[in-house]
Amino acid sequence: MESENKQVHGVLAEFRNPKELVDAANSVRKSGYQDFDTYAPFPIHGMEKAMGIKESPLGWIVLGGALTGMIGALSLMIWVMGYEYPMNISGKPFINYPIYVPITFEITVLLSAFAAVFGMLSLNKLPRFNNPLFNVDRFDKASDDGFFVCIEASDDLFAEEKVSQLFRENGASHIETVYDSE
Amino acid sequence: MSTDYQYVPEPKLVKGDHNFGDITDLIAKTPLSPTPKLWYLAFGLANILLLVLLGAIGYLIWEGTGIWGLNNPAGWGWAIINFVWWVGIGHAGTLISAILFLFRQGWRTAINRFAEAMTIFAVMCAGIFPAIHVGRIWVIYWVFPIPNQMAAWPNFSSPLLWDVFAVSTYFTVSLLFWYVGLIPDFATLRDKAKSKVAKISYGIAALGWTGSFRNWWNYEKAYMILAGLATPLVLSVHTIVSFDFAVSVIPGWHSTIFPPYFVAGAIFSGFAMVLTLMLIARKIYGLEDIMNIDIMEKMNLVLLLTGNLVGFAYLTEGFVAWYSGYIYEQGIFWLYVVGPYAWGFWTLMFCNVVTPQFLWIKSIRRNVVATFIISIIVNIGMWFERFMISVASLATDFMPSAWDYYSPTIWDILTYIGTFGLFFTFFLLFLRFLPMVAIAEVKGVMPQADPHNYDENNEFEEAKTEPVVVQQEQTV
Repeated sequence: MESENKQVHGVLAEFRNPKELVDAANSVRKSGYQDFDTYAPFPIHGMEKAMGIKESPLGWIVLGGALTGMIGALSLMIWVMGYEYPMNISGKPFINYPIYVPITFEITVLLSAFAAVFGMLSLNKLPRFNNPLFNVDRFDKASDDGFFVCIEASDDLFAEEKVSQLFRENGASHIETVYDSE
Repeated sequence: MSTDYQYVPEPKLVKGDHNFGDITDLIAKTPLSPTPKLWYLAFGLANILLLVLLGAIGYLIWEGTGIWGLNNPAGWGWAIINFVWWVGIGHAGTLISAILFLFRQGWRTAINRFAEAMTIFAVMCAGIFPAIHVGRIWVIYWVFPIPNQMAAWPNFSSPLLWDVFAVSTYFTVSLLFWYVGLIPDFATLRDKAKSKVAKISYGIAALGWTGSFRNWWNYEKAYMILAGLATPLVLSVHTIVSFDFAVSVIPGWHSTIFPPYFVAGAIFSGFAMVLTLMLIARKIYGLEDIMNIDIMEKMNLVLLLTGNLVGFAYLTEGFVAWYSGYIYEQGIFWLYVVGPYAWGFWTLMFCNVVTPQFLWIKSIRRNVVATFIISIIVNIGMWFERFMISVASLATDFMPSAWDYYSPTIWDILTYIGTFGLFFTFFLLFLRFLPMVAIAEVKGVMPQADPHNYDENNEFEEAKTEPVVVQQEQTV
């Protein structure tokens, strides 16, 4: 009875192995669904083709971090050593680029690494602690040895019966409807 | 002779007959089961050593660096030796996780988590030494480029300041790399944990990871970029550490071979330390199938290679001393061999040059006890290498009238021993509460993980059954 006032989040199907999951993802994409995702305990090769995922934009985010680090470090050192606090060290020039290389390199790497980690988390919309999928008991297996596909209700073509039928044709071992928590 | 060649399949990375679920259980059972008594014993011992470290540092801050055996001209003693040694140990972790990742070496998955943890704790131990070596530790913030009350700025042309940036960046990036690798495994522990506290703590650490492929796609990209960043970083860190010496004019230090020589030595000692720790842990935690003999043999080959690189560097040092015609350089090299610290030189020659030669023999490479002994000897040898570089070069510099023999005091020794307390305290916490093998990555290199293995292979076939459709009421 409770389930009546709950929003359907999607339909989740479990498959037996990575191969079946890739095939299922392929057929879900070919059926025209857009809002779906596959879940596995490790990244599966060839899945990006099966699901039709575009190249991750993370590289550009990291490039931004790298340039910020490089320009920031160089300008800090040029300003400090050349203008703010010039020190005569063995008569060398105040602005002495070769000696800036190590620190510039380190700061570039540091900011790129931050960009890579936080960029990845924000592209993945993490941290996110409530997820309707966690309401499904079986979904614990997704981090162990389970292979799942979930077609979400937000998809224009979504219809519970049709989606279940599609999963059945692809040989799913379990099919289950997922509800939002509220 | 036939031109056909025989197809020899690669040996499996995970020994025994395991499926994905077994791997999870094998690794996740340690953090999720009750603490064994042996762990408390080890943790207690580590804590005692940690207290020794805190005591030695406290007394140092109270009394000043005069309590150490430093003298004129040997102003750099055990603190700098230990700093370079611990940083060097740390390098294997990043090498295994970053460089071997870029070279698609699947065997790294058995040891990378372990080695990365070792890196982080080793760099923590290393970082202590230059910090307390400045004498007035309460003004250590002067090394950072922040305006302070004297409106003075650090000198960016000093290799010692490059070190500050190199080591702190190295620590931060290693930590990020480690944590990113841990996220999927935290999710596994969250889903496996029975107790509420464990579920919530691992759940927070997992950041809500679901294993969604759209997430994996960005995750793999991030991991690859981090590996690509860490690879030059790990080489740069020890290069910069070597600049501390090489940029000066002291004979025996002022040498262009230092950067590659330091990096090779770092990887040499780091692999030895990973082997030492791994051979104990695989036994205690029953991970022989994952950290198996094949992986030990591969690590031994790296040890053999880097050991010979280090040996070659010693030879080059001697050759350059002779070929340069620079009497001070020739003098210092001669003093290494027959001078007051010759005992150190011959110890290091035996440990670093002779010992790894045994690894040419396959049966020794595949022998656990022999490998364990060799790994310990290599760690000792690499400590002596840093001792020779720091102390022997400084104590016998240009003018014989200035020479003085350096010997450590009890406080030098206690501080060094104490850092093992710090290292093992953290390492034991890691072994107890975190998955010591990267669960997701080990699964990813198993043959079952590749969809193509199911194409024409009956081995993995499972009987298809009608799907179980779970009723809607059960989902609450």
